[in-house]
Amino acid sequence: MSNDQIPPPHASPDEERVGVYVCHCGSNIARTIAVEDVALWSEQQEHVVVARDYKFMCSSLGQELIEQDIQAKGLSRIVVAACSPHMHERTFRGACQRAGLNPYLFEMANIRELTSWATDDREAATSKAKAQVKGAIERAVLQEPLEPLFVDINPNTLVVGGGIAGLTAALELADSGYHVYLVDRDSSIGGQMAKLDKTFPTLDCAACILTPKMVDAANHPNITLMTWSEVVAVDGFVGNFSVQVRHKPRYVIEDLCTGCGTCIEKCPSRVLDQHFEVGLGYHKAIDRNFPQAVPKYPVIDTTHCTYFQRGKCRACQVVCPTNAIDFTQKETFEQLEVGNIILATGYEQFDARRVPQYGYGRLANVFTSMEFERMVNAAGPTSGQVVLRDGVTAPQSVGIIHCVGSRDKNYNEYCSRACCMAALKFAHLVHERVPDAEVYNFYIDIRAAGKHYEEFYHRVLEEGTHFIRGRVAEVTDAARGPGEEGSLIIQAEDTLIGKQRRIPVDMVILMVGMEARHDSRNVASTFGLGCDFEGWFTERHAKLDPVVTMTEGILIAGACQGPKAIPESVAQGSAAAARVSGLIGRRTIKLEPVRASIEAAACSGCRICNNVCPYHAIVFHEEIKISEVITALCQGCGACVAACPSAAITGAHFTREQVLSQIDGLLWDMQPGVLVLA
Amino acid sequence: MAEPTTFQPVIIGFLCNWCSYRAADLAGTARTHYAPTMRPIRVMCTARVEPEFVLKALRSGADGVLIAGCHPGECHYVEGNIKALRRFLLLKRMLTQFGIEPQRVQLVWAAASEGHQLAAAVDRMTEELRALGPLHWQQTVLRAKVDIPLIKLEVGG
Ligand SMILES: Cc1cc2nc3c(=O)[nH]c(=O)nc-3n(C[C@H](O)[C@H](O)[C@H](O)COP(=O)(O)OP(=O)(O)OC[C@H]3O[C@@H](n4cnc5c(N)ncnc54)[C@H](O)[C@@H]3O)c2cc1C
Ligand code: SF4
Ligand code: SF4
Ligand code: FES
Repeated sequence: MSNDQIPPPHASPDEERVGVYVCHCGSNIARTIAVEDVALWSEQQEHVVVARDYKFMCSSLGQELIEQDIQAKGLSRIVVAACSPHMHERTFRGACQRAGLNPYLFEMANIRELTSWATDDREAATSKAKAQVKGAIERAVLQEPLEPLFVDINPNTLVVGGGIAGLTAALELADSGYHVYLVDRDSSIGGQMAKLDKTFPTLDCAACILTPKMVDAANHPNITLMTWSEVVAVDGFVGNFSVQVRHKPRYVIEDLCTGCGTCIEKCPSRVLDQHFEVGLGYHKAIDRNFPQAVPKYPVIDTTHCTYFQRGKCRACQVVCPTNAIDFTQKETFEQLEVGNIILATGYEQFDARRVPQYGYGRLANVFTSMEFERMVNAAGPTSGQVVLRDGVTAPQSVGIIHCVGSRDKNYNEYCSRACCMAALKFAHLVHERVPDAEVYNFYIDIRAAGKHYEEFYHRVLEEGTHFIRGRVAEVTDAARGPGEEGSLIIQAEDTLIGKQRRIPVDMVILMVGMEARHDSRNVASTFGLGCDFEGWFTERHAKLDPVVTMTEGILIAGACQGPKAIPESVAQGSAAAARVSGLIGRRTIKLEPVRASIEAAACSGCRICNNVCPYHAIVFHEEIKISEVITALCQGCGACVAACPSAAITGAHFTREQVLSQIDGLLWDMQPGVLVLA
Repeated sequence: MAEPTTFQPVIIGFLCNWCSYRAADLAGTARTHYAPTMRPIRVMCTARVEPEFVLKALRSGADGVLIAGCHPGECHYVEGNIKALRRFLLLKRMLTQFGIEPQRVQLVWAAASEGHQLAAAVDRMTEELRALGPLHWQQTVLRAKVDIPLIKLEVGG
């Protein structure tokens, strides 16, 4: 082969011409590894045409070195021994490409993070580096050129969850001119924020900033709103998802209902509302979550509807001026075609009953934070009055307990982020509504990291709230003296003065933490994404890629990714929308070619791989009894490759031959069965 | 046979791209020092590791094989690590028949943030292998009187 020719890609491994480049990384690598020695040694190895060491391979000069050698020496494979591929694989692939070499004919040996930074033993590090280089060479010679995959993108987007995160994402996409299907399983959009009264740190009313957005979403020509609906199946891949949505029956014909509310007024069945009012208020058997619900159509709660339970009543049907009530409605299914999906399914609250020593459910005047939100809400069950369970008595003293179920090894180890601030907000609101009440906040640390959060904390401090640092041991009504009679006593160690304290109060508020939705694992599996141990959806990269998941085309935003307050939820909603519109704008998407493929002739039709694939990317052709990988669906994990008993599946860029050959290279200095001493 | 204490075992480490490879990166970035005994191979997921890879490594002179992946529930391909675990348990049973000590092939979980744990796993394994001494594949496996051809040792390699 002449030097000035780029060899054809399918030359036999023996004909490959490898260039090896060993980086000093200033002194990061050179201090512990004899880089010149590694380069000289590399040059002696089979296939290697040129080997060099250089101060900074990633610099433009370093990259040019590679580019020049590819062209001048006809190199067909490049090995760079430097830092982690997570750092610079893309950089060097770019250099190969510029010089006309397929970027997948490149292999990196990570001798910095994995070697020079992990030991001081120069001799051992140098020999480990040589083994790594040898492994890379042996793998590289078996590499094959790969071409990225291009697929078209359907410009419609599905947003699942209409809380503040999902609403933000939907509105931003719709405003950019793209169509959005917004699906929420509740009867109204708005999510948890719709229950809140005022929001920290600005204390603007939640409804005032949320309801306009809800209305915008409902009226937006680019948004199709589907409430009381759930996604039951997802097929396809980025750019081309096919989604099945189930619409639950409302028993109200949306096209006829004007939202006048006469039915709600006349419905005789009044029940405790455990959902929106978290047990503090009531709703009718036909009702909506709250008067400003979007959409305005009510829903019949069949378990409490007299007609559904006993076959008579029909009061709503009788009074409805437009004949919108339909007791015979059935669930319906609808198929949507979308290019991207944003999940914004939010969080649930920790069940306060799980901490029995705090007495929730047993001691009447112990409230959860969400109950208190509803209580202070002017549109809530007590019209904004702060009162005890009896509904009339204003508390003269209130104890607010932070971190209930959070930062606690027995429950959730993580911090729920929003509760400290919400607790400060509550302290302020108690002072505002019951001016002479004493307020005690029991905290472990005050987490006030956010714009204007610390300032808000100081404001609450100045309002005369007492702060007691220490985890509360118990809330009890067992009085030890006349001063405690008829009160709830909060027992805690005040760690700042090192003393046990018993504080009698009239009302206790438990700042319960945030938890992943109880069904988040099922939802994750429907959409084919990962969840962490606690059930939060897993992002592609915690720092650098927080709204994208490992499944291309599926994004996450808001509290479904982890506990967060409104500002971060909104930021993620916008970020997800921006990512999606960026993708749509490109019309086609380029996918990594690291994917599996099945050699039809070798496939025995056993179907083992069909069930192994987490993305249902393998279809079985019944007629010819052969399995096939839908390339665009495959995410390249390699599970099927390892599982196929007929060795019929190839994992591009991680083929069996490449890995076995790399093992040989890595163990070049070892002899099977022979005693080797260091 | 007593081995000299200076014996440096050689471990082939299969690190999943998303968690454990990043854990190893982090160990380096944090300058967590550990035994330079592990020679790494990056795989997209532990589910990609075929039993043949492990056998091949042992046969070609490695004293041990470490497979490291994401914690259960955190695999970036949903539950590839659980598949790897199942396969690993089967493989171990087979290796015992060969007379290969269980410490020679290990599966550990290390999240991207657990550089320290990964380094500790390599150190621990190095010590265990040092105590066992080198693996003499031919002698060990031949002594075990197992019908080797039954196992596809040669697939692709
Ligand atoms: C007591 C309390 C007070 C708070 N006060 C404040 C405050 O003052 N300021 C602040 O910034 N933050 C506050 N927060 C935090 C705030 O509630 C959250 O940051 C915010 O609601 C997160 O919004 P989200 O859209 O991510 O999730 P959510 O509000 O939970 O919305 C999720 C939506 O998705 C829907 N959904 C869920 N699963 C599915 C499914 N499978 N299919 C279809 N739809 C689904 C739900 O019905 C819901 O509408 C407070 C939290 C608590 C608990
Ligand atoms: S596991 Fe292999 S042989 Fe079995 S169906 Fe899949 S590709 Fe075909
Ligand atoms: S490599 Fe195989 S199992 Fe993994 S995603 Fe692709 S087709 Fe599915
Ligand atoms: S990606 Fe780490 S084990 Fe699957």
